[in-house]
Amino acid sequence: MSAHEYDHAHSSHGVLRFLTAGSVDDGKSTLIGRILYDSKAVLADQVQSLERAKHKRTEAGVLDLSLLTDGLEAEREQGITIDVAYRYFSTGSRKFIVADAPGHEQYTRNMVTAASTADAIVVLIDPTRVKIENGVAELLSQTRRHSAIAGLLGIRHLIVAINKMDRMDFDEDVFIGIRDAYVELARRLSLPEPVFVPVSALEGDNVVEQSERMPWYRGPALLEHLERLPAGRAGMHGPCRFVVQRVQRVYGAETAAGSAVDGLRGLQGFVASGTLCVGDTVQVLPAGLTVTVRSISLYETELSQAAAGQSVTVTLNENVDASRGDVLASGTQPTSARQLIADICWLDTDAMNPSKKYWLKLGARTVQARVQGVDDKLDLAGVRRVPHDQPFTLNEIGQLRIALAQPVPCALFTEDASLGRFILIDAFSNQTAAAGLIRTAS
Amino acid sequence: MVNQWGYVIMTAFAERQRAGQRRRLARCRPPVVTDGSDMTIRTLDQTHLDWLEAESIYILREVAAEFEKAALLFSAGKDSCVVLHLALKAFRPEKLPFPLLHVDTGHNFPEVIDFRNRRIAGLGERLVVAAVEESIRRGTVSLPHPLASRNAAQAVTLLEAIEEHGFDALLGGARRDEEKARAKERIFSHRDAFGQWDPRNQRPELWNLYNTKLHKGENMRVFPISNWTELDVWQYIERENIPLPPIYYAHERQVIPRRGLLVPVTPITPPEEGEAIVTRSVRFRTVGDISCTCPVASTARTIDAIIAETALTEITERGATRMDDQTSEASMERRKKEGYF
Ligand SMILES: Nc1nc2c(ncn2[C@@H]2O[C@H](COP(=O)(O)OP(=O)(O)OP(=O)(O)O)[C@@H](O)[C@H]2O)c(=O)[nH]1
Ligand SMILES: [Mg+2]
Repeated sequence: MSAHEYDHAHSSHGVLRFLTAGSVDDGKSTLIGRILYDSKAVLADQVQSLERAKHKRTEAGVLDLSLLTDGLEAEREQGITIDVAYRYFSTGSRKFIVADAPGHEQYTRNMVTAASTADAIVVLIDPTRVKIENGVAELLSQTRRHSAIAGLLGIRHLIVAINKMDRMDFDEDVFIGIRDAYVELARRLSLPEPVFVPVSALEGDNVVEQSERMPWYRGPALLEHLERLPAGRAGMHGPCRFVVQRVQRVYGAETAAGSAVDGLRGLQGFVASGTLCVGDTVQVLPAGLTVTVRSISLYETELSQAAAGQSVTVTLNENVDASRGDVLASGTQPTSARQLIADICWLDTDAMNPSKKYWLKLGARTVQARVQGVDDKLDLAGVRRVPHDQPFTLNEIGQLRIALAQPVPCALFTEDASLGRFILIDAFSNQTAAAGLIRTAS
Repeated sequence: MVNQWGYVIMTAFAERQRAGQRRRLARCRPPVVTDGSDMTIRTLDQTHLDWLEAESIYILREVAAEFEKAALLFSAGKDSCVVLHLALKAFRPEKLPFPLLHVDTGHNFPEVIDFRNRRIAGLGERLVVAAVEESIRRGTVSLPHPLASRNAAQAVTLLEAIEEHGFDALLGGARRDEEKARAKERIFSHRDAFGQWDPRNQRPELWNLYNTKLHKGENMRVFPISNWTELDVWQYIERENIPLPPIYYAHERQVIPRRGLLVPVTPITPPEEGEAIVTRSVRFRTVGDISCTCPVASTARTIDAIIAETALTEITERGATRMDDQTSEASMERRKKEGYF
């Protein structure tokens, strides 16, 4: 395989993962249903079951498209989304994986789940619930929270869909008022530059087809924006990091020719960033030994190199003790750290507790961790960080300090996303307690 | 041309397609990518399959590394054949780090069981069979009548096997595009000590950092091909040349047209009063318990032809084929809450 070939083959090139976010009832599920329906991704039996559905909220004769993703019994009964639904569709120009996130504050952690794997976010706003005073629109707190989470997780593309325009007489002033308020929010949260589209998810305006009812809007429909976004190619050009997930165990008779020699035990893992090549000199972290790459393979195929995103098996020339959680690294000076300063989103109903034991999982390594202290928290009303020292509670965002029981190969999130993020697990309840992004490592 | 099961393969997909259908097919077959120097390298589909494959292999290796005693659910259906193939790619040349587990309803298509046995023997892997028949004998499953569907009963037998063998992780071939409750499920899906799924209280799942911690007696269901669609599965089967039971390809079969489905004529699904038996060219889109799995009318005898049909289909995989999912809006969700795959 040529270098070019790899470059194309192993990012999620072509597929775009996006989620819808925003406050309760802003129309996220309806919007996704509308996208699926208008792009002909809904099949006949699904339409039939929509027609028959028990908990339809729309008028007679109008399909309730939110039921395409609100698939749980409890969701249909209550008319809300509780957990993320994933849907798959394609248009002439690309494949999409869309995640429909819940708007309820109680289920924010499910929105974080959806956001963590997304290349793009569509934030919906319901103008009927935005207060406008002296020409200034006040966005709902859940709109701000979801936007902050998108910024925290580093989602690269941001589209704001101002929905329910059918209920606002398709008035341009409404659109402008909300747009200006959001531009200010995006500036305060340092979000990527947002694109704005006025839509009606219910009636389909500017979702897949351009609307004639808003001639003042000259931009493309929402789906066209999504089709044009550059594909996710994260980590392709960073320094090389290969994460060892597992060491191949090959014994006696089960051994394939040649791999019985200890030093040739295959390291099964994935390239987290950059490109790993046969013959490369790399360091085994955290031990720091220097080794050379003897072979890279996938099943029966020998490869000369592997790029970010690829799962392969690597052997080394030297007989060293590499094991799960180790990282093969080359390029800029890699770090192993025992002290982290990180931004986190707290996901557990149990509040953070500094005397509790947590597990920190990063790459393929899980170590004991202690949360040492809180530095600041995001104040959603004022949209700014304020110094704070109280433990985090459910859905709070802010910065904290963590001490680790062993050194962990890691990176700053801004430099290498895949080794710059972690989860905290409550060692007693086993709940996933927080999602974290490394800002400083030492 | 004759394939490995002795079935005649037709090389040309003869069916003529309407113009609109052709457009839809073109949509599912995106254009070819070039590397900028105008050298054609691969289609976007291939790139997408590589990406899906890498994610699945990553997940399989996480399971092997993090759990004490995993098993791979293997029904010999197309999805479990794909997961098995991915596992081979993840772990060969070593033996698979987990056994295969078939939860056997006893209501099988003989071609499928035959295929299962030959495939596993050929690989030298270990198969554990957990039979619904055994649960019936133990009295833990009781059915309203001898020919009743044993599909839901599989949950009981599965949980018994988990307990007997002490499995802590079960790899399954479920896909999110199959069904609306599955669309909601995590890749690593936690089950409590009773095997229950609580869809209202799933663990958050961040990036590719899976929380695999369990308390004693709990288990994890892991779905490495969550993000694959039916079309992805068929394109991958074609690319990787993955063997499948022959009933996935079009063949002549005696069926009973019933409420929009074609019910196969078997000892377990005999015709009802007044129903006529007809012979049709059919293929299976899913393979499960005989009593609730129906084939679809099809002349697709090759993978190419199946891919073409899949791209054009107007009906979902389960909508076209499963009698059990049609009984209520939430039947899959309810089964899963009780411990089903
Ligand atoms: N008039 C009008 N109503 C809409 C529009 N979009 C959604 N709705 C209605 O708003 C209500 C909420 O829609 P959903 O799609 O369930 O909202 P959601 O954002 O998914 O809600 P959660 O997931 O629970 O946060 C439903 O009654 C929809 O029919 C729109 O464009 N115009
Ligand atoms: Mg919703």
